[in-house]
Amino acid sequence: MKPFTHIDAKAAPLALSNIDTDQIIPKQFLKTVDRIGLSKGLFYDFRFDEAGQEKPDFVLNQPAYKDAGVLIAGDNFGCGSSREHAPWALLDFGISCVISTSFADIFYNNCFQNGLLPVVLPAEAVEDLMAQARGGNHVISVDLAAQTVTAPDGRVYGFEIDPSRKHKMLNGLDAIGETLQKAPDIDVYESARALDTPWLERA
Amino acid sequence: MAAKTLYDKIWDAHLVAEGDGETILYIDLHLIHEVTTPQAFAGLRAAGRPVRRPDRTLAVADHNVPTEGQALGAGAVADEEARLQLLTLERNVAENGIEYFPMGDLRNGIVHVVGPEQGRTQPGMTIVCGDSHTSTHGAFGALAQGIGTSEVEHVLATQTLRQAKSKNMRVTIDGTPAPGVGAKDYALAVIGAIGTAGGTGHVIEYAGEAIRALSMEGRMTLCNLTIEAGARAGLVAPDETTFDYIRGRPAAPKGAAWDMAVAHWKSFFTDEDAVFDREIVLDAAQIAPLVTWGTSPEDVMPIDGRVPDPASFATADKRASAERALDYMGLTAGQPITEAKIDRVFIGSCTNSRIEDLRSAAAVVQKAFLEGRLVAPHVNAMVVPGSGLVKAQAEDEGLDAIFKAAGFDWREPGCSMCLGMNPDRLAPGERCASTSNRNFEGRQGRGGRTHLLSPAMAAAAAIAGHLTDVRDFI
Repeated sequence: MKPFTHIDAKAAPLALSNIDTDQIIPKQFLKTVDRIGLSKGLFYDFRFDEAGQEKPDFVLNQPAYKDAGVLIAGDNFGCGSSREHAPWALLDFGISCVISTSFADIFYNNCFQNGLLPVVLPAEAVEDLMAQARGGNHVISVDLAAQTVTAPDGRVYGFEIDPSRKHKMLNGLDAIGETLQKAPDIDVYESARALDTPWLERA
Repeated sequence: MAAKTLYDKIWDAHLVAEGDGETILYIDLHLIHEVTTPQAFAGLRAAGRPVRRPDRTLAVADHNVPTEGQALGAGAVADEEARLQLLTLERNVAENGIEYFPMGDLRNGIVHVVGPEQGRTQPGMTIVCGDSHTSTHGAFGALAQGIGTSEVEHVLATQTLRQAKSKNMRVTIDGTPAPGVGAKDYALAVIGAIGTAGGTGHVIEYAGEAIRALSMEGRMTLCNLTIEAGARAGLVAPDETTFDYIRGRPAAPKGAAWDMAVAHWKSFFTDEDAVFDREIVLDAAQIAPLVTWGTSPEDVMPIDGRVPDPASFATADKRASAERALDYMGLTAGQPITEAKIDRVFIGSCTNSRIEDLRSAAAVVQKAFLEGRLVAPHVNAMVVPGSGLVKAQAEDEGLDAIFKAAGFDWREPGCSMCLGMNPDRLAPGERCASTSNRNFEGRQGRGGRTHLLSPAMAAAAAIAGHLTDVRDFI
C-alpha cells in the first residue's frame, strides 16, 4: 500500500449528503478484474451526460479543480455498496484525501486499505473549508502525522484518527503480512475451535 | 461477570489476538462472488500466498449473470467483461479448491440466499463477504458483515479480519402488524426513523415480539436492510424458528452433532442486564405499508401519504438533497404517492427473493387474477427467484404458473435488476416498483426511478399500474 503522509493540493467542494458508492463509481465499471484505471468511472453520471460528453457544471470538470487532490463532501460519504472500486477510482483520479462530517463504515475501512485518507471534521469546519475551496484558487494542506488540515486562510483544524490505522497509513504497511506474523495464534485458535464446533470442520 | 449482548458474545468467541485498537477476529464462513474477488486472488498470487481455509469458503456467480439461458454456462454470457469476470472466478476457485456453484447449477443463486439455504449460515458464526448485504445472515444470530476486496484477500490468506469493535444498538419492535405489513415495512420504518447513517459504527440487534413472530425469510429481509441504516451488521438471536429452518439442510449438523450444535447455538443471546449504547423502540401496529419516494432508503413514506415538501426538512443539506431527489424521481411535493404510474416491477434481490417473498406476492396476484385482473398493460413485471432451489420450489408450488398467467416474466436466479450489472436494468426515466434494497440515482440503470417496497406491494402495483395500497388487494 502507498503511504499517506502529507498533501498540499486543491480541494474540490461537493456539497451533497449521502453520496453513495454507486455514484462514486457506477456498476458498469465493476466488471473489471483489475484495480487500476478506474478514474474513467469516477462520478461517471455526475461528470458525463448520456452521450458521454462532459457536464461543464460538475466541480471536477471545472478547469480549476481538474487537478484536485482533496474532496470535501457532505454527510455520510461512501454509503451503500462495499465496492472497493470507490477508493480505487478516487485514488486513480488523483484524490488521496476526502473530508466530510461522517463516512459510511465499509467505505471508511476500505480507504485505509489503500492509502486514501478519510478525514472527519465537525460540520462548521467542513462548511468553512467548503466555502474557502470555492473558486479553486487555493491550497489546502493535510498532514497525517500532525493530524491537521490547514485551510487556505491558514486556519488549522485538528482531526481524530485511530492510532493503529494512522501508523499503518503513514508507513504503507501490508495488513496481511502483519496478520501472518500471528499465524501461530490463528493455529491455536483453530485447534481449540475444532473441539468446540466439530461439525464446522469440513476438510 | 458483566452482562453481555449477543454481539459481545459472538465477538468474544472469535478473538484470535488483540492489538492497539484493532482486533484479529476469526472468520467461520467466507462467501465469495465474481465481482469483488478477482483483485483479491490476483493479490494472493502476486504475493505467493495460499488460501488458508478453502473449506470455509463458498463461491457463487450472482451479480453479473443474465437471468435467462444460464444452462449455456459462463462462456455464453454476451457481455465480454462480465464473461471474463465469471471465467476468472471459475479459475480462481479451481486453483484453490473452493466449493463453487456455477451459473446454471440448481444450487446457485444470490450469495445471501444460497448460504442460508445450504445450511452453511449458522448461529454464533462470523461471516463475511465482499458485499454490503452480507448483513442478511445476521438473521441467524451470526455476526455477518460486508467487506472490501482488500479484506477479502486478507480473509482468504489468514481466515481472519482486523477490526475495531462496534457499539451495540437494539431495535425493539413489539405489537402485532396490520395485514399487509411485514418485515420489509419494519426495515423501511427503522431506516426512516434513524436515517441511512443512523446505525453507523453500530451493530443492530433486533428484538421484541414482532421480530420473534417473523419467519427466517422475514428476519433475513430485516437484517439485509440493516446496512441501509448504516450498520454493518444486524442480528436476531437464534430460537426454534432458526433451528427449524437449518435442520436437514445440506451443511446442517446431523445426528449427535445436531444436539451439540443446538446447545452451542442456544448460548448466543443477549443477557437480561446487558446495556446497549442506543435503543430504539417501534410498535408494529403503528407501521403502515411503506414505500420510498426519493433516492435514499431513508426517504420513506406510508403508501397512503403525500410526497413531502423539501422545505419541511430541517437542514439546508437535507432540503437540497430532497429537491434533487424529487427532480430525479419526477415527483411533485404534496402529490399522493399512489399517483405515481409505474413502467416496471421487479420482484427479487437478496432482500426479497426467497420462497416466502414469492408466496406473498403470488397470493396478491392470484386473488386479483381470480377477479379477472392481470398485470397492467403498460407494465413490464418480472419475478427473479433468489436461487435455483427457490425457483424449483416455487414451480413445485405452482407459483410460477400464477405469475405467468397474470403476465409476469418468470426468470432465472441472480441479482438481476437490483443493481443493473447484468442485462436486466431500467431505461432512463422508467419508474420501477422494486423489492430490492437501494433507490440510489442510477442504481437500477442510468436515469431509472426506483420505489422500494415489499413483494406484496410490488405485486399490487403491477396489477394497478401505479403505486397502490396492498391493503386494497388482500
